[in-house]
Amino acid sequence: MATIPKIQLSDVTKQFAGNLVLDGLTLDVERGESLAIIGQSGSGKSVTLKCILGLITPDRGSIRVDGEEVVGLRSAGFDRMRAKFGMLFQGSALFDSMPVWRNVTFGLTRGRQVSGSRMRAIAEENLERVGLDRRVLNLRPSELSGGMQKRVALARAIAPRPEIIFFDEPTTGLDPIRADVINDLIVSLVEDLGVTALTITHDMASARKIAHRVAMLYQGKIVWIGPRDRLYDSGNPYVDQFVQGRAEGPIQ
Amino acid sequence: MPAPKPAAALLAPFAAIGRVVVAMFAGVGRIAIFAGRTIGRAVVPPYYPGRFLEQLAHIGWFSLPVVGLTAIFTGAALAQQIYTAGSRFSATSTVPAVVVIGMVRELGPVLVGLMVAGRVSSAMAAEIGTMRVTEQLDALATLRTDSYRYLIAPRLLAAVVALPLMVLAANAIGIFGGWLLAVQKLHFNSASYLAVTRKYMSSDDFEMAMVKAGVFGFFIALMGCYHGYRTTGGAAGVGNATRNAVVGAFVLILASNFLITAMVFG
Repeated sequence: MATIPKIQLSDVTKQFAGNLVLDGLTLDVERGESLAIIGQSGSGKSVTLKCILGLITPDRGSIRVDGEEVVGLRSAGFDRMRAKFGMLFQGSALFDSMPVWRNVTFGLTRGRQVSGSRMRAIAEENLERVGLDRRVLNLRPSELSGGMQKRVALARAIAPRPEIIFFDEPTTGLDPIRADVINDLIVSLVEDLGVTALTITHDMASARKIAHRVAMLYQGKIVWIGPRDRLYDSGNPYVDQFVQGRAEGPIQ
Repeated sequence: MPAPKPAAALLAPFAAIGRVVVAMFAGVGRIAIFAGRTIGRAVVPPYYPGRFLEQLAHIGWFSLPVVGLTAIFTGAALAQQIYTAGSRFSATSTVPAVVVIGMVRELGPVLVGLMVAGRVSSAMAAEIGTMRVTEQLDALATLRTDSYRYLIAPRLLAAVVALPLMVLAANAIGIFGGWLLAVQKLHFNSASYLAVTRKYMSSDDFEMAMVKAGVFGFFIALMGCYHGYRTTGGAAGVGNATRNAVVGAFVLILASNFLITAMVFG
């Protein structure tokens, strides 16, 4: 019997003010798999993630998580579904009004007042997992460097132990060394915690390091999907142009 | 180039007016839906008492200095104006009565409303707007926290509670300002000034002031939260949201003040 994909998108379509962003997108992500979606800016990568998370409702199509339809879920259903997800936002999206330890444990407390000492211990444990120590616990996000903010955001995403983690441009804005630190963290999280990971990125080095498979999104459709080792000899003219960064080619 | 059809040209101004009217009603509808959604979510757990108290301090306690200064100068200026105008026809004895009625019925609620709107509506729009453009609102959703319950409802409730308390304080300070000027500069007898003030203090006027203050508080928080929540387009969008929140709150305060006054005295 075939296993049910962890995430299954079928014919997902979304347009904004007449601009077709997703055009019948179909994609499966298997349980425990790390999949990277590459593509130009505005190709619909972030919209894809937001549709799965229920932050945007697609105009048409089906999105299933563990076989359960997500599109059309009401708030209680989404609440249950979102317990499966963790998300690392492109700009980290840390809550700047609260210290690091409250940010890290927010997914557990959901903003309620819960025993500080217990939550600080949980925050410390998760920060340790991303290579930060207790000295940052009481700092505000604005007091951290970009790389440290990403790591705190990563700690926040994994603290509730989600089954699926989305990474939105995890290495954007970081120097190559810090970017590689984040890549290593993502690899270790996927392997150690056994999560399913979906990453959207422009960074080819990152895609090759963190993903088992890579999919190329162009004009709202998947134009190529294959193992990461085939990224540079895919034989697909869109992928070739994109990974080589050429101005000439089918992508205009 | 083909000449425009005469009928279309004639109708163009009406079409433009129609578009503005439709846009205005659509805006009112969106604000009403936003308010309704917030109230609907606010009555269902989880509740955030800590957030409510935090907002109560931001809106009420930290606005007290500016409200106090506004009230004391307004009360004193009002006493001076009534005295100057009244002296032309030997009616200077009306100073304490007009100060207390003017402060309680109109100036207290309206000035507190406008000052707090300037301070709080803009801050709410800027904070929530920044959260929108930096994806913090999306982060709240992914962390299974309803932004209406967590961010909007505590602000609305705190503003509705804080404004009446601040208007009470402003009325007292404004009446004190009038008394201070009348006794120190205009040489009124303190005891008789206070006796007239007490005589013209009406519980009905205080009740109306409290109702006005509650309504103004609701509009102040609603405008700040609504425009912040709908922010788009980065830093410029946050600037627009802040401006729209303050202008919207000012207009709603002045319009609702007129309506409440007209209903009570009309």
